[in-house]
Amino acid sequence: MTTLELRGVSKVYGEGPTAVHALRGIDLSVQAGALVAVMGPSGSGKSTLLTIAGSLEDPTDGEVLVGGTTLSNMSRNAKARLRRRSIGYVFQDYNLLAGLTAAENVALPLELDGIGARKARAAGMAALEELGLADRASRFPDELSGGERQRVAIARAVVGERRLLLADEPSGALDSANGDAVMRLMRTACQRGVAGVVVTHDAQLASWADRVVFLRDGRVADQTAPPPGPESLLAPSTGQGQ
Amino acid sequence: MSVRHALLALLSEGPKYGLQLREEFEARTGEVWPLNVGQVYTTLQRLERDGLVESDDAAEDGPQKGFRITAGGEQELASWLRTPPDLSSPPRDELVIKVLVALRLPGVDVHDIVQAHRRYLVELMQQWTRIKQDAADHDLGLPLAVDAELFRLDSVIRWLDAADGYLNRAATWPPAAAPAASSLPKLRRRAGVRR
Repeated sequence: MTTLELRGVSKVYGEGPTAVHALRGIDLSVQAGALVAVMGPSGSGKSTLLTIAGSLEDPTDGEVLVGGTTLSNMSRNAKARLRRRSIGYVFQDYNLLAGLTAAENVALPLELDGIGARKARAAGMAALEELGLADRASRFPDELSGGERQRVAIARAVVGERRLLLADEPSGALDSANGDAVMRLMRTACQRGVAGVVVTHDAQLASWADRVVFLRDGRVADQTAPPPGPESLLAPSTGQGQ
Repeated sequence: MSVRHALLALLSEGPKYGLQLREEFEARTGEVWPLNVGQVYTTLQRLERDGLVESDDAAEDGPQKGFRITAGGEQELASWLRTPPDLSSPPRDELVIKVLVALRLPGVDVHDIVQAHRRYLVELMQQWTRIKQDAADHDLGLPLAVDAELFRLDSVIRWLDAADGYLNRAATWPPAAAPAASSLPKLRRRAGVRR
């Protein structure tokens, strides 16, 4: 099942000779359960792609479909509801609310969506437990390490019935071990049926994805083939090792 | 990588048989570097010739012949562990050479060449990352060996990204500012080529 589909999506900022073409005719589809990485240099359009996929911005041209529904046909309120219920966002700088505990931060999207506080907190705790953060539930963000904050942000992004997980350089400020932990969680979320898109310039991060799409000057320039199994690298003894 | 010193390290834990050494070597390096049994015995013979290991004199050559490290072997191992490998001369990297050659060939889009290599390297990294992902509870050797490969491949991709950036900037330089074809700087090269 295709969770996210971009059909001929273009985005132009400004007009006339000073117009900036951030995206030019992007086609991209992400199946439920798949994690796709979008790589590209600064200015290639990858962050614009993510904000349009998450309905935070409208394309100048083309269509975005989430769960088979075309966003351009939806009212503002319906889009806001879709963002609250179906889409989770993970940002490089976590975007946790400083005055709320980890559990309250995770439960917040559900409470905003009208779910009762007790039920929302229970779902928030369940998400934290799944990510191994139950013992951090009552801590405030400034009492958590960078890696823990990002894991709380991922818990918030996947809490409830989210179908689409969008991440912008989610391990940009973390060391290698914490970056791995964050990507491992993203993969776990996808294996449960969420469709994930992560934009990054970091190949180590992108290598956790099932598919890597390369953007250049607002166009899809290339993408990886499905990777073969690990047996192709861990070959039996050949006598060539040294 | 030095098989010679890896075998000395294994023998520093106590006497072992040749076949056992091969199995332990592969297990500790996460089976990333396969080793054939002939190579183990050839290396052990050389270590014995150099007085760094001793074998059971009575036993025939074969899987039942045991080896132990000598005092000289212990000293050699300690010295090797503390001596950084020679990284002072640039390796003769085929990818760097390809990009430098492509820069001077008419009708060749260097961006395409850079991207073809970037894609291949990312695909390799995806495979290594799968191995790391599946090895969560494995002995430390495998994730460490895989990380070494991931960081190496990542550094090549970073160089390709930088090359792409240079090419983009060069395309917007005024012609007078473009370097002459013969102005490639010469890198100091020591005797011998590191691979």
